[in-house]
Amino acid sequence: MQLWLIPLLPLAGFAINGIFGRRLPKSVINTVAVGSVVLAFAWVVRTLLGLGDLEAAHTEHYFTWIQSGSLNIGWDFSVDRLTAVMLLIVTGIGSLIHIYSIGYMAHEGGYYRFFAYLNLFMFFMLVLVLASNYLLLFVGWEGVGLCSYLLIGFYFDKKFATNAGNKAFIVNRIGDFGFSLAIFYIFKTFGSLDFATVFPRTAGESEAIVTTIGLLLLVGACGKSAQIPLYVWLPDAMAGPTPVSALIHAATMVTAGVYMCARSFPIYIHAPQAMNVIAVIGVATAFMAATIGLAQNDIKKVFAYSTVSQLGYMFLGVGAGAFSAGIYHLMTHAFFKALLFLGSGSVIHALSGEQDMRNMGGLRKKIPWTFATMMCAAVAIAGVPPFSGFFSKDAILVAANHHAPWMFWLGVVTAGMTAFYVFRAMFLTFFGEYRGHEHPHESGPAMLIPLAILAVLSLAGGFIKIPVFLDKFFPTAEVPEDFTLVAISVASGLIGILLAYIMYVLKPGMADAFVSPIKGVYTFVYNKWYVDELYDATVVTPVVEGSRAVLWKGVDAGFIDGIVNGTADVARLIGGELRRIQSGNVRSYATWVLLGSVIVIVAIGFAGGIR
Amino acid sequence: MGAVPIFWYLSLSAVLFTLGVAGFVFRRNIITVFMSIELMLNAVNLSFITFSYRWKQVDGHLLAFFVMVVAAAEAAVGLAIILTVYKNRQTLNIDEIDTLKN
Repeated sequence: MQLWLIPLLPLAGFAINGIFGRRLPKSVINTVAVGSVVLAFAWVVRTLLGLGDLEAAHTEHYFTWIQSGSLNIGWDFSVDRLTAVMLLIVTGIGSLIHIYSIGYMAHEGGYYRFFAYLNLFMFFMLVLVLASNYLLLFVGWEGVGLCSYLLIGFYFDKKFATNAGNKAFIVNRIGDFGFSLAIFYIFKTFGSLDFATVFPRTAGESEAIVTTIGLLLLVGACGKSAQIPLYVWLPDAMAGPTPVSALIHAATMVTAGVYMCARSFPIYIHAPQAMNVIAVIGVATAFMAATIGLAQNDIKKVFAYSTVSQLGYMFLGVGAGAFSAGIYHLMTHAFFKALLFLGSGSVIHALSGEQDMRNMGGLRKKIPWTFATMMCAAVAIAGVPPFSGFFSKDAILVAANHHAPWMFWLGVVTAGMTAFYVFRAMFLTFFGEYRGHEHPHESGPAMLIPLAILAVLSLAGGFIKIPVFLDKFFPTAEVPEDFTLVAISVASGLIGILLAYIMYVLKPGMADAFVSPIKGVYTFVYNKWYVDELYDATVVTPVVEGSRAVLWKGVDAGFIDGIVNGTADVARLIGGELRRIQSGNVRSYATWVLLGSVIVIVAIGFAGGIR
Repeated sequence: MGAVPIFWYLSLSAVLFTLGVAGFVFRRNIITVFMSIELMLNAVNLSFITFSYRWKQVDGHLLAFFVMVVAAAEAAVGLAIILTVYKNRQTLNIDEIDTLKN
């Protein structure tokens, strides 16, 4: 079915824009960049229609990539139902965000560079999703990490942007280290990296080994999907252009960890301990990030922490055994979070770069389309029935209750906070009086059309029944339907919305009055639990200082330079002594020649002549 | 010819060579030094011819011719250098031509 064409189209777009983009007019760059991704989407749809119901995986082998001993890595793509969902999300949302970027990036420098990177990202993301062995998945995994780094640091003349790019890259290295170890261990244990070979054999291995593999994979997933303790890079990653935040750091790349864990479900179902760890990390991240989101003033930071929090929900779903619920939430989150980011981008665009919500307000009337579409996303993420977030979040929470009731309750509290901070952001931005100085202007159709499509998807996306579609793919634990649980979580979300409405619309001064008695807690949360400071003190500073004192001053400047300089010094010393022979006096040279000849002759004489 | 023993030829060669060495090391005039070199070369040539005569082999003659050719070439180059040195420095004292020291 020519699966190779799916990633190759964006790659071609990257090649054309990357090599010739500097000389091409914007219209051509747009056509190439957007066209390649839209064509990829069309090809995905065509392929999936041609493949029928996908009860079994459809695999295509292109060539053997690595053949060494018993290691045999093929460049193989495969499509099953999980891949189908991911392909549609990646290319679909990707197409919309590419179209949006035409409008958003219209006045930015480095236009062709932006689209080239974006296309390259699409290529690697599609390789990641289509890969049918762990190494190929890792290729895509690293590739999207690279593109993430390039796009976070897109404004490379700004120090904070390049720092954020470095942070993302370095933190991801930690996760990737775990992932690499997992790949090595998988190969050592199962003798192969192909999903089709590894997964049937997991049942035969001891639980300790499978759990270790599962936990190592989880380290990788925590890095890529911004979970505790490696989530710190994602909020900083908002330094990149807003479409990048929407595409890479909300809808697609950061969900790669969830995808990878779901893909590796045969490993996890034989490692209940590892699954429990996933669930705990997920619910803890969801809760912690939500608390931080409550107190942020930068509109993108709110949604960044919201993304971390929602990714935590997905991990909670996967960890609780509800893999399909995790993927379900992945999809609905891609809809509404991409929309929230694109909407906030539209707001920022309207205000010529203003991101602080304290300088917004009352934008409802000035940019009505952005407001209307973002509202759709807000009700979806808040879990208001019957919009998309309601279905997926409840699927996860019900499974969490089945797994461990305390996780359910923490999830419910988080759902309330989610509703609160999203609507706080909405009210601060769109309601009340305008507090800024710029003159807001509504965005053009290139930005509004994707917003509108995503708004429809956010509202109605819940009716795309992913759990039913993936029913046979994942082993489904029998979870009893419980209407009370659903009612509790919906109520929690509605209370959050109501609180936000009271505090930010009805009585605008109330938020400050509410905060002042708990100043300590507020400061703690506002400063993101001081996690960055903690990491700085415990990890970054020791590493940097250790590198400076031991590796640089000691090993490099002392030892390595010492060897090199010492060699030079010895040569200089010997040369300094030998220099005395070089007197410039021809007769002394002649004497040396004579002396040498005599010594040689005498030596030959002692040795008994030349024979 | 046969009446003169080889010893005499070799002794003469050794004496000439020693004179050449002494002139080379102790004289200050470049041309004298140069002539001393020629003297050494010819002393060696004499030895070659002697041994060639003694062992009835042509190798010695051959080498003597080689030495002559090299000596001729060397004389041409050497005299050219001496001329140039004199033009530049107005001296032929070898102790004053020590630019290469240290």
